[in-house]
Amino acid sequence: MAVITAGRLENGGAAVRLHNLRRTFDDLVVINRLTLDIRAGEFLAILGPSGCGKSTLLRLIARLVEPTTGTVEVTPADVKFHTAYVFQDAHLLPWRTVLENTVLPLELMGTDTAESAARARAALAEVGLAEAEVRYPAQLSGGMRMRVSLARALVTQPKLLLLDEPFAALDEITRFRLDIRLRELWLERGMTVIFVTHSITEAAFLADRAVVLTRKGGGIKMDRRLALPEIRRNELRASPEFGREMEALLAAMEEES
Amino acid sequence: MRKVLGRVVPAAIPLVVFMVGMEWLVRVGWIKAFLVPPPSAVFNTLLRDWRELFTALAKTSAGALAGFALGTVGGIAIGVFLSSSRAIQRAFYPYAVFFQTVPIIAIAPLLVIWFGYGMRTVVASAFIVSIFPVIANTLSGLLSTDPALRDLFRLYGASNSATLWKLRFPAALPQILTGLRIAGGLAVIGAIVGEFIGGQGLGSVVDVARTQQRTDKVFAAVLLASALGLALFGFINLLSRVLLRRWHASEQD
Repeated sequence: MAVITAGRLENGGAAVRLHNLRRTFDDLVVINRLTLDIRAGEFLAILGPSGCGKSTLLRLIARLVEPTTGTVEVTPADVKFHTAYVFQDAHLLPWRTVLENTVLPLELMGTDTAESAARARAALAEVGLAEAEVRYPAQLSGGMRMRVSLARALVTQPKLLLLDEPFAALDEITRFRLDIRLRELWLERGMTVIFVTHSITEAAFLADRAVVLTRKGGGIKMDRRLALPEIRRNELRASPEFGREMEALLAAMEEES
Repeated sequence: MRKVLGRVVPAAIPLVVFMVGMEWLVRVGWIKAFLVPPPSAVFNTLLRDWRELFTALAKTSAGALAGFALGTVGGIAIGVFLSSSRAIQRAFYPYAVFFQTVPIIAIAPLLVIWFGYGMRTVVASAFIVSIFPVIANTLSGLLSTDPALRDLFRLYGASNSATLWKLRFPAALPQILTGLRIAGGLAVIGAIVGEFIGGQGLGSVVDVARTQQRTDKVFAAVLLASALGLALFGFINLLSRVLLRRWHASEQD
């Protein structure tokens, strides 16, 4: 695993510190007095029932929404353009090819240079889509579109990768494959990953730490380190230690639903 | 070829049945020929007066196309302007609706006073009736951008103009084209109305033939005017297929 360790040092991740965070929309309190420290390079899953403010929390971290009160602190501070966001659906531009979609963030950041295309190709290769660069989104399957979306997020070499239920709409086999690939990419790059999901299985399989949000008021119900191996394969899903972690997360979720 | 035939033949059958039926009804005397001419008489008029009719068609086409082109450019520009802020929409959109509600036939005499007899009045009339659907569809297209993609553009610090030209405008294209499809037919109507009052073309042919009780000629001119509208509609459909062919898996072979 020497190569992986080298990769982790090269890119690194960003640390995120949420302090006493509160966000309301009109009268609705979505996030209330939430304090959470996320270490650089951590893989965190945020779990919770629908409507508990998971997406809002992610948008707060990405600075797409400002907190009503409290602070979001991301270090290093230049992390603004090193944050990538993957949505629930692929959200590609239908008039652009796969390659053009993948280059987009570099274009928008104004760092579009001669090697942009090469960087986009490298990102596509990482998600196994090197062959599809000239195709259009309408010609791809749902799983392939999500891979393009992932490549678009990776192309900027983010220090912080935020994912909002990204694989929820995919069939299980495709989802399992993407789970494994995402975990590998995290190990290779050492970026901080925050993964929002309502799937207990997915949270347990992917993350090293899982936070369960309360159903109402957007607080933290449980914050747990998962005692599972670093490299994860499908066999893990049937193992007793995986079952133990699932049970713990399930118990916390059940109390909240 | 078979695909083309498969689409044309079903549409042609009612037309043929209708023509034969009309011809028969007029010949047996159930319908008076000076009220509705038999299709054969309309066809003969088209052949006999073709020089006059096609000169008129060329003029109407020029007027309708110029009005449509101005309506397209102006409508898209106004739509983009209105989409720039909610305050601007509140301030100006009610006045844009004026183009939609103005009864063109009532202000056509005014257009003659302003622009004189001739092409300029015809173009102005076509422009006024065709601009609103372009404004409305451009605006609604620009305002319905996928919020997730807007977030993505913000995340990477995209400027307003980059967001407009790389995201909002291309995303609005299907709706803008829908607006153009409506505007094309309206532009032909606007041009004919303009010609009724102060121009030369199919509209004035209809007006003159009416006073001469030449219903065959009225029908011939109306036929050519609808052919013009259809041609414009077909052109915009073609344009939309070319522009949007990448969007849908179904439109590529």
